[in-house]
Amino acid sequence: MAHEVVLSDTRMSMFGMRVRIALAEKGIEYEYKEEDLANKSPLLLKMNPVYKKIPVLIHNGKPICESLIIVQYIDEVWKDKVPLLPSDPYQRSQARFWADYVDKKIYDGGNRILLTKGEEQEAAKKDFIECLKVLEGALGDKTYFGGDKLGFVDIALIPFYSWFYAYETCGNFSIEAECPKLISWAKRCMEKESVSKSLAHPHKVNDYILQLKKKYGVE
Amino acid sequence: MSKEEVVLLGFWASPFCNRANIALAEKGVAFEGREEDLFGGKSDLLLKSNPIYQKVPVLLHNGKPVCESTNIVSYIDETWPSPPLLPPCPYGRATARFWADFIDKKVFDGGNSIWKSKGEQLEVAKKGFLEILKQLEGAMGEKDYFGGDSFGFVDIIAVPLTSWFYAYEKFGGCKLEDYCPKLYAWMKRCLERESVAKVLPDPEKVYEFVINLRKMHGIE
Repeated sequence: MAHEVVLSDTRMSMFGMRVRIALAEKGIEYEYKEEDLANKSPLLLKMNPVYKKIPVLIHNGKPICESLIIVQYIDEVWKDKVPLLPSDPYQRSQARFWADYVDKKIYDGGNRILLTKGEEQEAAKKDFIECLKVLEGALGDKTYFGGDKLGFVDIALIPFYSWFYAYETCGNFSIEAECPKLISWAKRCMEKESVSKSLAHPHKVNDYILQLKKKYGVE
Repeated sequence: MSKEEVVLLGFWASPFCNRANIALAEKGVAFEGREEDLFGGKSDLLLKSNPIYQKVPVLLHNGKPVCESTNIVSYIDETWPSPPLLPPCPYGRATARFWADFIDKKVFDGGNSIWKSKGEQLEVAKKGFLEILKQLEGAMGEKDYFGGDSFGFVDIIAVPLTSWFYAYEKFGGCKLEDYCPKLYAWMKRCLERESVAKVLPDPEKVYEFVINLRKMHGIE
């Protein structure tokens, strides 16, 4: 059966990166469409009318939205290779819990560092590091959150690694100094081609953020 | 069938806890429900089982905790597969998860913003909430339930939140049914199910609870 897979995305989006990693892990060929978020395409608006956001996976013309939902969909459709979620229901619930924790804490936490200054930024940095330490606790002594292999939680979190340089530069701090275990985990993930090819370069992410800040007049 | 120990740490008014209650009832799973005193003092078991958020609901299955209500409902569905709450095909499942996530992101906060605000802000909150409900009506379309012909995952995620609607109406000074008749028809259909009718709290009691919450938040 011919599969037509299209990904509507932007290079810098950590949510898009999640989907790119999942597709690469499964060896799925797809057409990549880079969106201009300042000028969203009719395709994007039609495929995600509720949120009008990327990423959107379009499979045989039918849209799937929300990055973690897309990753689960990919895992279920291409189920014969490289499982991304464990098969045991309890392990699956733990994977979903931690992926949800990443969604609740890391994006907003990182943004707070980028958008604040002074005391507010110090508080944002502190909170962010605390969340990363909680994730370090969840990782424990495992190679990956998924155990021996890259899994759902690894895919949920690793894209944020490409934004760490921007957070560190803006906040004038070192994440590695506070969370060395997490950075070791991140470097292990980056050794996989599915990850290294899917993540944007940290310096490009930083340039992109600086451009955005200038554009919106944020100091 | 092997002996299993299922405990649900919950709170009567919490729509999130009631999701788990309904799911367990739908599956015919025997469990012990333990009411937490959220304002007087959370139990050691709760704090130990959910150290990250320290919130209800927590499902303990043979002592192992599962947290976050939508996650708990998924776990219940996968552990006790019959009757299935999610459709069998991946696209149907992705769609169900999308709407469950939408409900999680929008409905409770949207509704609660009504009783938390006054004046101009209240009008904005009401308008926002009605838009959210209209989007849900759109998701259901002409179907009897969100899942189609049968009561399923999204219905379980959504229906407990409706026991708070009466409180929103009282504080908002509006009758939601006038704006979303289809959604109200769906609510009535769900309430005909024993699993839902036995679990959902009396909306009047929820209203009294919200009055107290407002006082606690220092809102006049």
